[in-house]
Formats: sequence, structure tokens, C-alpha cells
Amino acid sequence: MSSGKRILVKGNDAIGMGAIKAGCRFYFGYPITPQNEIPEFMSRELPKIGGEFVQAESELASINMVLGASALGVRSMTSSSSPGISLMQEGLSYMAGQELPAVVINVVRCGPGLGGIAASQGDYFQAVKGGGHGDYHLIVLAPASVQEMYDHTILAFDLADRYRNPAMVLADAILGQMQEPIVEREEEVQEPRKPWALTGAKGRPARHIKSLLLKEGELESHNRLLQEKYREVQKHEIRYNELEVEDAELVVAAFGTSARIARTAVSKARSEGLKVGLFRPVTLFPFPGERLRVLSARVKNFLVVEMNTGQMVEDVRLNVSGDASVFFYGRPGGAIPTPMEVYERIVKHYKEQ
Amino acid sequence: MYYDVFISGFGGQGILLAGQLLAEAAMEKGLEVTFFPSYGVEMRGGTARCTVILSDEAIGSPIVDSPLCIIAMNQPSLLRYQESLPEGGLFIVNSSLARLEDVQRDDILVRAVPISELAIELGNARLANMVALGAFAQCSGTLAPEEIVAALESVISARNRKLIPLNEKAILEGARYAREMPVFQMHEVEKRDGQTY
Repeated sequence: MSSGKRILVKGNDAIGMGAIKAGCRFYFGYPITPQNEIPEFMSRELPKIGGEFVQAESELASINMVLGASALGVRSMTSSSSPGISLMQEGLSYMAGQELPAVVINVVRCGPGLGGIAASQGDYFQAVKGGGHGDYHLIVLAPASVQEMYDHTILAFDLADRYRNPAMVLADAILGQMQEPIVEREEEVQEPRKPWALTGAKGRPARHIKSLLLKEGELESHNRLLQEKYREVQKHEIRYNELEVEDAELVVAAFGTSARIARTAVSKARSEGLKVGLFRPVTLFPFPGERLRVLSARVKNFLVVEMNTGQMVEDVRLNVSGDASVFFYGRPGGAIPTPMEVYERIVKHYKEQ
Repeated sequence: MYYDVFISGFGGQGILLAGQLLAEAAMEKGLEVTFFPSYGVEMRGGTARCTVILSDEAIGSPIVDSPLCIIAMNQPSLLRYQESLPEGGLFIVNSSLARLEDVQRDDILVRAVPISELAIELGNARLANMVALGAFAQCSGTLAPEEIVAALESVISARNRKLIPLNEKAILEGARYAREMPVFQMHEVEKRDGQTY
């Protein structure tokens, strides 16, 4: 981290700050709680630096405006919360098919349906398994602090451009609303050249960006190329955090806010003499499954904690070795697991080994 | 060092600003800090609450269910949150708007401060949040009242700059009252199981 000055920032504002730092000059969005500070921030800040803020008529319009801006080669972003992100799935599938980079922020609230405005992690499946149609993946980052809300937004722009693929920052209402100190990045963000962008074909051959591929075999080979790209992402971009897993008898796996809650529970367990560690996926796609597989050669008890009824737990089960036990503790519908509840689960399952 | 506090009262009492100021002051002191507001439903006359966590280490859960201190700025907060305090917890009660006789716990430290009356004496009921913070600083021992005063400039918007001296006065008045309260004993900031990270 740089030695810059710490400033107290709200999570949603940190996303706006990260986006502008990353060179995003085009924001399209439609209001929804609990992420309204992001469009508010962008509407205030973008005009000052020659950017464009558009409050679209709907989330469908927002995501397709992002698609259009991205096709022109500029960094653009939209943000919403769960119901609004559902409305964007068609556009996300199109962009994945067209290999267009963009950043989409989901400050998750509880569902299904309009649900409520409290924090949740119920959109894990939608984010990492491809919520729209077709065989595709988003790159999905899961911040767990306000600093990471800032850092991950910048990283999302870089990864989106590097792989020509939409990237999502999967936050939640708690991360969006809370304030913590952050240090802004000092060094400039480098934007890559985009030789595929639609910039006007005068004096050069025309370029095409489309997802309708009707020639025989064309769509299959396009899909093969996309899968090849996702394998590259899996090879190079896996990120995770670990805390005291070295001698752990039980490892708690959690992302985002759940990982923060679990951290307090793990520290308490450690202070009681229990050998417990914390594993936090930072990238949800690509998922750090290989690391879990390696860990599970030694650790035989895993406890997955989520703010839902059990989604990431499926990916943990897929990856750990067959003789490891994977337990789950989650609370859906805007209920938040408390550190004490998680601690009690740790104690319960620690004894079950 | 680890400390967490709920500040709770009516919307319009400046609950969130108080939390933000405390968070800012702690950050400027070099501590780690997490500020979490209630959101979405706060409005004038409704309920507002925030959580502030201070620590010299990385902060885990932003969600707290049993904080070391609760500042109850009104009667509904007194009734609703007193059960959340752990044994030995610090309960700062705005005795201008909340009835001390409704405190059912005998295992907590209760500090009754006529926060709203002190604010009105200073010239404006809206200074209550600052009086409360001064009393909190004095009772909790987490920050010096002067450290909270020093953060005013970062939290109060430019157009309200001229109000800083009055806010400063209110913080110091809250601290003075708490210091001179006849029953006052310094509340030790203890490491508590489950909260010491």
C-alpha cells in the first residue's frame, strides 16, 4: 500500500472514486437502494472531468448504454442492486458473447423479488454461474472492506479490458453503506489499446462486434474460444486471502461481509485455543478451488458461512477432497449472521471431527 | 485496544453525524475504524442508529450485537437497546429525554447526562449530538475530547464552518459534565472476550 493519506469514505463512494481513478468516464444507471450513492457520486464528479453521467430510463437501458460505450473502446460502468442486476442479464450475456469489457457493480440486497434493502449474498449463483443465457462467465470480485471496494473497482476495469469480458464487483448493502479509512492509489492506471473498438472505419477495414453468429460451425468455435479464455482467467487471476490456516483443524470459508464476520469468530476461537483458520475467496470467478483442494489434503473440516441459504458452499464441496466434511451456516433474507453465531458453529463442528 | 459503540436516537438528532465524527477522530488518531449507519428508513422523527468500531488492529465484523457502550439519546433507544449491553457495559443516557427509572439492568455502568438540556443551555438543541460525544469521550476513555474537536473540520461541511466553535464548546461541555458528575468513576477500557481483535 502507498503511504498516502487515509480518508474516511463510504463504500459506495469508494466505488465511484475507484471507477474515476481507473479512467471510467461514462456511467449509466437507474436508482435503487442500497447503491444510490454511486450514481449520486458519478453525477457529481463525472461532469467535472469531462465525463458523461446518464440516468437511464431503466436497468435494461443502462446495461445496453454500457454495451454501446464499451464497443467504442471507452471505459464505462453501471451499478445497481439485485433486482436491477436481474434486469441486466440479457445485456451481460450479449457483452460476454461480443467480448466487450465493462464493469458492473452489484451492491447486493435481499431477495428473491423486490425482497428488501438489507444486505445479502443471495446473488452468488447469478454472478458466478452466468445469470443470463448461454455458456459464459463474468469475472467476479468480492470485496470485504471499503478499501477493497476502491481497489476492486480499479482491478475490475483492468481485468475486463485484459480479457475483453464484463467484470462484476459483487458487494452488498453493508459494504456499500459502511465507512472505513481508505488510501487512494497514487500511480496512474494504464489503459490498454483497443484495436477492436468501433472508432469509425474511414481509411481502415470495418470491424464488427456482434453475438449473432449464424454460419455453420461459427458459434461453436466462438464458444470454444470463449472457454479457452475462461481457462486463461482461471490460470492467471485467482485471488484469495488466508488467515491462520497453517495449523488449522477447521477452516471457515467465506467471502465479502461474511468473511469479516467470520474473522471475528475465528479470532475468538483462536483465543479459546481452537485451531481455526479463515479462507476468503477474493475472486469468485475464477474460484480458488485448487487451493481448497490442496488445503483439504490436510484440513478435514470446513465451515462455509454465507448470507444466503447455501450457494458458494456448492463450489467448496466440488473442490475439497472426498473425505473432508463441509458444514454450512447461513442466514437469508437480509438477516446477518453474528460473530457469536459463527463462533458457536465453529465450536460445534470442531468437536465433530 | 478494541471498542465498539451504538449511538441511537431520533432521526434529526444528528446521530449519524456524531458517529461519523467519532470515526473520523479515531482515524486521525491512527486507529482502524468502521462506521455503519442504519440506512433507508431514517428520517426526521424516525429512529436512527449507527455503530462505530475502533481498534488498533484490523477490524473483523462490521456488525456488532453487544457493544461495549450504548449512547441512548431518547426513550425508545433506552428501552430497545439496554439488553444489548454486556455485563459491565457503559450506558450513556440522555436523561433529558429518557427515563432513568426504566433502566432495568443492575450489572452495567449507567451515566445519566442531561444532554438535550445542556445543548439548549448552549443555545441550540441540535448540539445534543456533540454534547453526547464529549460525554462519551470522557466516560469511555477511548479518545480525548480534544481529539474529537480536532476532527470537526473534516466532518462539518464548508458552508457550516462558522458553527465549528459552537460545536467545539458543546463537545467540551459534555466532557466537563461527565467529568464532574458526582457518581462518576472512570470506565476502564477492558479487553473483553470475543471483542478484543
